Amino acid sequence: MKLAYWMYAGPAHIGTLRVASSFKNVHAIMHAPLGDDYFNVMRSMLERERDFTPVTASIVDRHVLARGSQEKVVDNITRKDKEERPDLIVLTPTCTSSILQEDLQNFVDRASITSNSDVILADVNHYRVNELQAADRTLEQVVRYYLEKARRQGTLDQSITKEPSANIIGIFTLGFHNQHDCRELKRLLQDLNIKVNKVIPEGGSVKDLQDLPKAWFNLVPYREIGLMTAIYLEKIFGMPYISITPMGIVDTAECIRQIEKHVNNLVSNKKFNYEPYIDQQTRFVSQAAWFSRSIDCQNLTGKKAVVFGDATHAASITRILAREMGIRVSCTGTYCKHDAEWFKEQVQGFCDEILITDDHTKVGDMIARIEPSAIFGTQMERHIGKRLDIPCGVISSPVHIQNFPLGYRPFLGYEGTNQIADLVYNSFTLGMEDHLLEIFGGHDTKEVITKSLSTDTDLTWNHESQLELNKIPGFVRGKIKRNTEKFARQNNITNITVEIMYAAKEALSA
Amino acid sequence: MSNKISETLTFECETGNYHTFCPISCVAWLYQKIEDSFFLVVGTKTCGYFLQNALGVMIFAEPRYAMAELEEGDISAQLNDYEELKRLCLQIKKDRNPSVIIWIGTCTTEIIKMDLEGMAPKLENELGIPIVVARANGLDYAFTQGEDTVLAAMAHRCPEQILLIERKKVIQDSNIQNLFSFLSLEKKEETTNKNFEKLKKNPPLVLFGSLPSTVASQLSSELKRQSVQVSGWLPAQRYTDLPFLGDQVYVCGVNPFLSRTATTLMRRRKCKLIGAPFPIGPDGTRAWIEKICSVFEIKTKGLEKREEQIWENLKDYLNLVRGKSVFFMGDNLLEISLARFLIRCGMIVYEIGIPYLDKRYQAAELLLLQNTCKNMSIPMPRIVEKPDNYNQIQRMRELKPDLAITGMAHANPLEARGINTKWSVEFTFAQIHGFTNARDILELVTRPLRRNNNLENLGWSNLTKKETINKI
Repeated sequence: MKLAYWMYAGPAHIGTLRVASSFKNVHAIMHAPLGDDYFNVMRSMLERERDFTPVTASIVDRHVLARGSQEKVVDNITRKDKEERPDLIVLTPTCTSSILQEDLQNFVDRASITSNSDVILADVNHYRVNELQAADRTLEQVVRYYLEKARRQGTLDQSITKEPSANIIGIFTLGFHNQHDCRELKRLLQDLNIKVNKVIPEGGSVKDLQDLPKAWFNLVPYREIGLMTAIYLEKIFGMPYISITPMGIVDTAECIRQIEKHVNNLVSNKKFNYEPYIDQQTRFVSQAAWFSRSIDCQNLTGKKAVVFGDATHAASITRILAREMGIRVSCTGTYCKHDAEWFKEQVQGFCDEILITDDHTKVGDMIARIEPSAIFGTQMERHIGKRLDIPCGVISSPVHIQNFPLGYRPFLGYEGTNQIADLVYNSFTLGMEDHLLEIFGGHDTKEVITKSLSTDTDLTWNHESQLELNKIPGFVRGKIKRNTEKFARQNNITNITVEIMYAAKEALSA
Repeated sequence: MSNKISETLTFECETGNYHTFCPISCVAWLYQKIEDSFFLVVGTKTCGYFLQNALGVMIFAEPRYAMAELEEGDISAQLNDYEELKRLCLQIKKDRNPSVIIWIGTCTTEIIKMDLEGMAPKLENELGIPIVVARANGLDYAFTQGEDTVLAAMAHRCPEQILLIERKKVIQDSNIQNLFSFLSLEKKEETTNKNFEKLKKNPPLVLFGSLPSTVASQLSSELKRQSVQVSGWLPAQRYTDLPFLGDQVYVCGVNPFLSRTATTLMRRRKCKLIGAPFPIGPDGTRAWIEKICSVFEIKTKGLEKREEQIWENLKDYLNLVRGKSVFFMGDNLLEISLARFLIRCGMIVYEIGIPYLDKRYQAAELLLLQNTCKNMSIPMPRIVEKPDNYNQIQRMRELKPDLAITGMAHANPLEARGINTKWSVEFTFAQIHGFTNARDILELVTRPLRRNNNLENLGWSNLTKKETINKI
């Protein structure tokens, strides 16, 4: 047992549901008790999704506990098959079904006889893997299922496209700025005259998965999700993949060079040369290279920062700060414990120390000890920063509704470098400003304003009403006080009691 | 549409495939209500993830709740439950020193049959802190019923009423002492004594249900106006102030989802239950007060006028809602009372979805609902227990209600299809009880309608592409 208040990565089924609901026309059925469908709320609220989230629960209740699910799961699958006509139904185990140890595979086999949709059981164990690992696995599982199916049916066409093309693997619902990143990657590939063959899973159809091998190579922008699929495709179809995250100027260039290498391996007549493009973008299209030369960025030299997040974002941001902006990264860390080796290798030489943990209190303690000028982390670090009065730029999930901006905010590619430069710079300047304000006593003029608008006149609050007033949350207390006093004056009351407070609320609808 | 709505209250039961919050969410408001408590949820990452996301910002304010996260070793019994819980509770005692630790049992502890009730008394002795066990799991309960399980467990911990008599003596003694020490305040003392005399008439009355302290004191003072003295609340602001219970004590619920607590108070603590409609909306509040007064044989004074006054103050909102239709998808058990209030406001309710309906505990409320429908000459709504969200959405397509009161999972998709929604969860967290807060309910209900008045003529109420096909 572990005493826990907060976690960075969610439970396994969330990962599976993210894959399933990212595909078009795929429905997930959770084998779960009432209330475990909280994923629907997150998707509907955070992503502001217009459509109903294609996730339902086959409810585990007392009866199921006593006599097993029996027909329930099969009935729910066939019912969903009739109602929504999905291409694929993914039966999703949860922590509850992990312990019940019902033979879910058997339900799947039975249900797939009667239903028109394909039915699979997500192969994830709640107690062994977390959200990210589960998503990675489920994506690979779905891809493998459809490619093997196509091979069996003889519909698998292994010839590659005439022109260079790529698959983008690992764009997800509820992923950190994934939608914007995807658009930026498409733009990048377009600039390089490379066609986008398929983007999975977001917006993809499972029927099209058999076309995956047509691409010349796979691009896996995020370390956490998609790598298993890319490795599978390499093993079976010999498709090369690029797993360098194009985040920051140096890594974006490196990613493009890798693309060049793979593309040139497959063409015979003409060779592609992307170097002029990289040069043009770096020096004149992206503003980030110029920004790091400008005197603004000079002021940031040697400032201390702390980075924490998922492996992809934390590693990339660490290198951008250290290599491209001259900021001193005192500590960098990730909660992706399963990928610690890779992470350490990536940030070696770019930071003073490395922290691998999924315990937010350890991260908090580290930040308090180092006292950096800015933090780049998740929503949790943002709150730690608030408490310690240190500005924080959010660079990784876990996320919050603020991290689903409506405007265009990629982290990847050349536009991404601009966004990151803004984020970094704004975090630090705000920090400086804050500091200066403190030195000069701030421009907080609360004192003066209170005097001119003073309400302490003829009215007295008796002891009980004073207590009652103090119970009201701080941010509305002032308003309640003013409204109550206004009401008292209107009614020529001088002594304010609790009853007067309530009466005021009724009268003024405070 | 017309054949869908019958003339009597009809009760149906569907499949139970509906969206609601897990009952462990009750820790969110209960830990704030009971100031000296600590809630330990014994469950998995799934439970933790739900709490962390559902409670949003509160998690960052060093809450007095935590997860005892079960790991594989706990599930396969390689680790000793008792030792593990002891280790965590010792740490909690060291860090927070609460007056009570409440263990929340979850689905997982049910399935692996972890004997929380058996372990608690043993550990309680070792630790010196009371441990209350509540099984608020998704196998048995929905959302607000979590509070019900906690309060039912807490009812066992309330001191016995025999002590009450002794305690009264102490209070009187201290009153006398006060008389001596505050001679200058003699006059005030006299009036309080007079009040005391007047109030003494009714037998002890304990109200149950967790409300923000402001709302609790509003209801208490409402009863005080009718000379009814409330002797205590379950839960009180602090665990150490739990009310006295016994066979002379009358109890009355303030929330419709407290049927287990009511049963426990009656059967185990021998209290007398006053079955009343719930004090939600001015009509409900008046009926609630009248029922309590009638049990104590007190004639109410000025209650009718007070209710009228409140309705008068609501006029602007009533004009907005009159004639509009509502569909409750059902997820928090407040539905019957809210529907009753909205019908009295002049709205038409098509369907009241509700997770679970205790017809005995809610009897008075159901009767008031029926009478309200008759008085307003509005057809009776259908009441659907354990609803099926998919079917409900089909029905909603047909009925096209002006407002759907629904969970957050469906709110945005419905809005995109041109159906106004209000998140039902807000009714659980807003102050909706008593005369004073009637306006807050309508504030919530009218918000989407008022928003529409602003956006009405812009021509983009339907924001989905597929819907046109499905409509036919």
